[in-house]
Amino acid sequence: MSLNIGLEIKHTVLCIRLDGELDHHTADELRSKVDDILKNKKIEHIMLNLEGLDFMDSSGLGVILGRYKQIKSNNGEMVVCAISPAVKRLFDMSGLFKIIRLEENEEYALQTLGVA
Amino acid sequence: MKNEMKIQFSALSQNESFARVTVAAFIAQLDPTVDELTEIKTVVSEAVTNAIIHGYENSSDGIVYIEVLLDEDTVKLTIRDKGVGISDLNEARQPLFTSKPELERSGMGFTIMENFMDEVEVISEPSYGTTIHLTKFLAKNKAVIN
Repeated sequence: MSLNIGLEIKHTVLCIRLDGELDHHTADELRSKVDDILKNKKIEHIMLNLEGLDFMDSSGLGVILGRYKQIKSNNGEMVVCAISPAVKRLFDMSGLFKIIRLEENEEYALQTLGVA
Repeated sequence: MKNEMKIQFSALSQNESFARVTVAAFIAQLDPTVDELTEIKTVVSEAVTNAIIHGYENSSDGIVYIEVLLDEDTVKLTIRDKGVGISDLNEARQPLFTSKPELERSGMGFTIMENFMDEVEVISEPSYGTTIHLTKFLAKNKAVIN
């Protein structure tokens, strides 16, 4: 079991699509791949599509919160979409929805960030 | 009927997935709901990650021990390390508390264990290690489909 990380830049939005399992082991790889892009490209917002995420634990919450803090420090926004009920429970428990916006699907999430 | 199993493995992050999948496979014989199975996989992941990061401070020389006891519809998990131990248990169990913010830990591990399990007992002694007992009573009155 592992994590497939899809990364695409649309204008100034970094689109992250996760497929598989996000735990302490796979969180490290996600962190370094995303940080590499944030360091080298002009990124304003992050769109996180969790449609293919089969499992997540508190390490996943930690890595998502860490990327939120980075994008927030540049006045950007993070939008999460296509979240499963199990993952939604963890977001609810930790209060992440107070700072990270949830949208139904990727198309709508990107629209709200000004990307058609 | 009682049924039990024990596993032990190196404190390596790639074994987190092995641990939760193995425990879930053993518990599957009680025919848990999908939600119950997800909850148990998540708490195993939390406790094993704690043992690796905090107990053994990412040293792969450590060994993580898991015992699972099935007794009728009750699942009893024991997850143990022989690591550094926790000096202040009350503080460690607070939501969002973490001793390692630099590693981007969310501080939600114990909160998730308490939410997903019926009983959580943590026994820890500095320099002797930490043992977590987690108990879950599976729903008994499931719909029977013939």
